[in-house]
Amino acid sequence: MAVYIDKNLCKGCGLCIHFCPKNVFDITDEINKKGFNVAAPTRQKDCIQCKLCERSCPDLAIVVE
Amino acid sequence: MSQPINPLRKYIREGKLPHFFCPGCGCGQILNAFLQACDELSVDPSRMVIIGGVGCTARIPVYLKGDVLHGVHGRTLAWATGIKLHKPQTKVVIFAGDGDVASIGGNHLIHAARRNLDVLVVVANNFNYAMTGGQVAPMTPSQVRTMTTPFGNPEPSFDICELVVTAGATYVAREATGRPVQLERTLKKALTHEGFALVEVLSQCPTNYGRYALRSGDPAVTLKWIMDRCITKAQADKLSKEEKAGKFVLGEFVDFKRPIFCGSSVYDLESCECCE
Repeated sequence: MAVYIDKNLCKGCGLCIHFCPKNVFDITDEINKKGFNVAAPTRQKDCIQCKLCERSCPDLAIVVE
Repeated sequence: MSQPINPLRKYIREGKLPHFFCPGCGCGQILNAFLQACDELSVDPSRMVIIGGVGCTARIPVYLKGDVLHGVHGRTLAWATGIKLHKPQTKVVIFAGDGDVASIGGNHLIHAARRNLDVLVVVANNFNYAMTGGQVAPMTPSQVRTMTTPFGNPEPSFDICELVVTAGATYVAREATGRPVQLERTLKKALTHEGFALVEVLSQCPTNYGRYALRSGDPAVTLKWIMDRCITKAQADKLSKEEKAGKFVLGEFVDFKRPIFCGSSVYDLESCECCE
């Protein structure tokens, strides 16, 4: 089980951080080709697979497998 | 091995992502919830006709595979009426913003609801005219600062759910993007409903509404502002009218069946010759 973020689609809006009940995500310093600071699941071991991030991502960038 | 991608992207036109919505826009969440609802019901959006008018929300159909229409401000329901009369079995879904369907297309809305046209209207209510820069709209709450009302909106706002219930719609519900699971459940129910279904989705606009009204471009701030003002229908039933003022009531308002519109003289699908 893991959380994947498509870095080319992420716009760094931070909604995954807002929705995640376990505070898995962070906005990183990495910048994608559109110029956004992308989010990353930095604390994956806390993930409980509720899939709220996948359902609430406006950019269809997140997938929980 | 390549990284896994979101399974819902099979419904999106190739090369169209990333979409044009601002970071944190509620329209993207509505697109996500709609595709999730279609996926769980095993209905293919490419078998439907999906219509958008003009505005940010109206860009949602542009990203979907299949037959989509995009372009005339407020006339989405007029198009839908034509499509439903020609091919009554086609599922028609409309994505419209509050400015599109409540002000410019307001007349079409009440008459489509009165006739009980068999369409699903998803209204994304972001409380302003977002695409043109955040002007005051019919659904901007009272006393809220926007680009054109810097001292607060002096007018009362509009309740589109109450309007279509009165006009005769057969399924009316309100949800918010802050509740993705409930939003998806409501969209699933509305997709399977026969008759005029309207789902109002309270959606955050961080770029225009957030910056002018709340002085913050953070989507989470706008989302929290909306969710703080939301109460469920069960909670609202216990409150008086004064206590409910300024609150958004979430939930289902009506759900019943009556004959659907199939041409001005034909109200029964079985007796309709073109539908065989």
